[in-house]
Amino acid sequence: MEITWYLILSAFIFAIGAAGVISRRNPLVVLLCLELMLNAGNLALVAFSRMHGGEAGQVFALIVMVIAACEVVIGLGIIVAMYRNRLPIDIDQMSELRG
Amino acid sequence: MWFEDVLFFVAAIGALAGALGVVLLQNPFYSVLSLVCHLLGLAVLFLMLNAEFLAAAQVVVYAGAVMVLYVFVVAYIGGSDEPLRPEGGGLALLGPLFAIALAVELCIAFIASGLQALDSNGPEVGSRFGSPGNIGELLLTDFLVPFEAASFLLLVAAVGAVVLARRRRGLEDEGAGTMRSRHEAPPTETMDVRV
Amino acid sequence: MSATSYGWLVLAFPAAGTVVISLGWRLLPGRLPGWIATSAIFLAFLASIGALVDLLDHSEDERQLVDTAWTYASTGNFKAGLSILVDPLSVFMCLVVSGVSFLIHLYSVAYMGGDRGYARYFAYLNFFVFSMLLLVLAGNFVILIIGWAFVGAASYLLISYWYRRQTAVAAGIKAFVINVIGDVALVVAAFLILDKVGSLDLLPVFEKAGDTFARNDGTLVAACLLLLVGAFAKSAQLPLHTWLPDAMEGPTPVSALIHAATMVTAGVYLIARMHPLFEQAPAAADVGAIVGCATLLFAGTVALAVTDLKRVIAYSTISQIGYMVMGVSIAAYGAGLFHLMTHAFFKALLFMGAGSVIGAMAGVQDMDRMGGFRRAMPFTFITFTIGALALAGFPLTAGFFSKDEILAFELNRGGGYAVLGVLGYVGAFLTAFYAFRMVFRVFYGDPVPEAVELEGGHVAHGEPMNPMTGEPEDTDVGFPGPEHHVAERAWPMKGAMGVLAALALVGGYLSVPGISDVIEKFLEPTFADSRFHDTAPTDGAEVLGLVVGGVISIVAIGLAWWVYVREPGTATRIRERLPRVHAFLVNKWYFDELYEALFVRPVATFGGFGRRVIETDFVQGTIVGGATGIVRVGTSFARAIQTGYLRAYALLLLVGVAGLTLYFLINSS
Repeated sequence: MEITWYLILSAFIFAIGAAGVISRRNPLVVLLCLELMLNAGNLALVAFSRMHGGEAGQVFALIVMVIAACEVVIGLGIIVAMYRNRLPIDIDQMSELRG
Repeated sequence: MWFEDVLFFVAAIGALAGALGVVLLQNPFYSVLSLVCHLLGLAVLFLMLNAEFLAAAQVVVYAGAVMVLYVFVVAYIGGSDEPLRPEGGGLALLGPLFAIALAVELCIAFIASGLQALDSNGPEVGSRFGSPGNIGELLLTDFLVPFEAASFLLLVAAVGAVVLARRRRGLEDEGAGTMRSRHEAPPTETMDVRV
Repeated sequence: MSATSYGWLVLAFPAAGTVVISLGWRLLPGRLPGWIATSAIFLAFLASIGALVDLLDHSEDERQLVDTAWTYASTGNFKAGLSILVDPLSVFMCLVVSGVSFLIHLYSVAYMGGDRGYARYFAYLNFFVFSMLLLVLAGNFVILIIGWAFVGAASYLLISYWYRRQTAVAAGIKAFVINVIGDVALVVAAFLILDKVGSLDLLPVFEKAGDTFARNDGTLVAACLLLLVGAFAKSAQLPLHTWLPDAMEGPTPVSALIHAATMVTAGVYLIARMHPLFEQAPAAADVGAIVGCATLLFAGTVALAVTDLKRVIAYSTISQIGYMVMGVSIAAYGAGLFHLMTHAFFKALLFMGAGSVIGAMAGVQDMDRMGGFRRAMPFTFITFTIGALALAGFPLTAGFFSKDEILAFELNRGGGYAVLGVLGYVGAFLTAFYAFRMVFRVFYGDPVPEAVELEGGHVAHGEPMNPMTGEPEDTDVGFPGPEHHVAERAWPMKGAMGVLAALALVGGYLSVPGISDVIEKFLEPTFADSRFHDTAPTDGAEVLGLVVGGVISIVAIGLAWWVYVREPGTATRIRERLPRVHAFLVNKWYFDELYEALFVRPVATFGGFGRRVIETDFVQGTIVGGATGIVRVGTSFARAIQTGYLRAYALLLLVGVAGLTLYFLINSS
């Protein structure tokens, strides 16, 4: 397939992920949608790497995966802390940082 | 080859279905499983793009480790079903709208792009393209700094996670008392801060 | 030592006196500040004599010496430096100023004893003498204006010397404000002259005046009128005279020095000094003569009615300076300046005598409560009467020769000036009358209780009170001092008054027509370029004028005797017969009320309007409040965005990214 198809697919996945981040209230699901967006980016990177014929894009995607893992770890840690402190698991309730 | 095209479409549909499932399913547990399906589809796509190592890493690390962690946390917390459309949520309408707008714009950008290379399958690459050997070599020569930085980041994340989620001896009751003790209670009264 | 070095010394001694007293007053016990100040002025007087001697050594043509200490502004072809001009006129003024100041300092050493602000008083007084000497020795307009301004400042400091008194402070402010009007006029005049002539140094300006300006040239007339405004403000002529009677709030020696002998004569000095300009602009000179004449009549009439002793003398000062202004305006320079000198003598003497009487009255200044001090205070009586005789122009006193010489000049010029001369004689009649009104009311008649006490050898003591309003005031601050001094008891006062009385008697012989011409001859080098140089009246005409003046003064004194001593109730009966005239005169022709309505009230209203509307409503409300209001509204929009909802922020991010992508898409297509 031409590279364009991969990119279009990546755009759709990104959009779906973004819609999910905005629509869902459960922080766990929000993190999952973030993962979706990151994966979409990875797909685009690998596609371009194939287009150029160089492996730099793949290395980039690998590092992105690492970062995604770290982020997930911290995010889940926060959610666990929220649960431990008997706070409601709902990001709409976590709105004290307002002006 | 027609085989590749079919494979592409199957993998793509799988990935999209998984993505939609993540967003639309109510139970967070089902969302996690849906994401796993998505990740597998993506791994196939990577393979088709000659990124073998990456595909393997995707399956092993992402689907294998990160998602397992997710499953643990979801089991611990016990996700409750929530309505997809929150009360008074104009955001739930606007979000998908703008997301679709973004997708359309990107597609226009890709299709109408002046890059001729996008219309091809990519140049001929050797069999070692995307192999672990090549990736490893790059990681240790050209991209050493990102590699080291990423490892450092992993260390920080691990330590941070432990600190965040540990159980503090003897503080649990006070910690609970100073914060909300009921799930559904509204957080705080709105404060009228005078400038 | 050259004359100019003496000139610098004349300035240095009072300045040093001021500095020493003001910095070291804590270390100077008792009356020492007074003696330091007095010796400083005495040294200045000696330096003036030195300058005089050295000046006489020069030939007649070379008697105008300029010395510049340093130039502090030099741009293009304009130079302004600290320069003094030592010539007969300035040496004459220095001698008069330092001589009379020395005697008044001597008087003050005793008069101000017991006052807690003793050192402050003498520091101010020395500063005043320094500024006056700076003014008369100035060699260019800049130094002149500096001296002018300092003199005004010193006057303010000294008038409101007893600053706990509300009336004194108000009087000081009034004097200063009116003086500032004169200062501004003087500065603008200097600018006009600088603009046309290109230099501010006096001698070059005078030399070029004839060439640069045509006769009655518009700019020159304007500049001279502004100079006149300055002179009138300083010398208390109509219409800027209202500050001088109020300035009697200051201590009596201050009134003697500033408002009789020196500061108020600065205006006369200015006109005399600027005579080349005034002669080139006769229109302005005529204005000066007319104003001088009007003033002397106005002040003479008011002095007939007021009852405060010091204020009668104050109006007499205004009147006599009117004579001097009239004299120098019609180019009778020698006569006008001679009258300045004799007036300094007898006016200072009158004030000193009044101070002694007020001391005997324990601070009361109202003539209605005085009477019969003749036996209690013989020395004061004699010296006061000598002063009054000189003021009235009694034959053979100093005032006789000086005042009537001016009037002889007037009649000699002819035309409209003769009318002014006749009016001057009318004024002389009034002068003699009110001078002896004072003498007879204070010293003749039945002795009042304070006089009886004094005859018994004991100075009266009363409750301390404000002499003008009569309200009691507390002297716990230490001033005015609790002691009252009488000339008979204090030798410094006696000495000063005695010297002045002698001068008031014999000073006239310096300029007897036909016999001696010392003043005219001495001042000639300064006024040699006057175009009226040869229009002096003949000796015969002068003698005639003197005789007329003498007769008028004797008649007026006789009339005063008849009204006040022979038939004591006459004055009261006249007052009852003409109540409105009396009220008009006692209220000083309602000038104060006029100025209050014309100037003070509108300015105060505008000030209130400014505070209410402009400051509070406009600046505070609209500008400040508006700016903060706009900021507040603007930031409230920004605050509305910070809802605290994570999803809203995420939406914003998404919208931003979509927008950017759209922008770049459009641009690249």
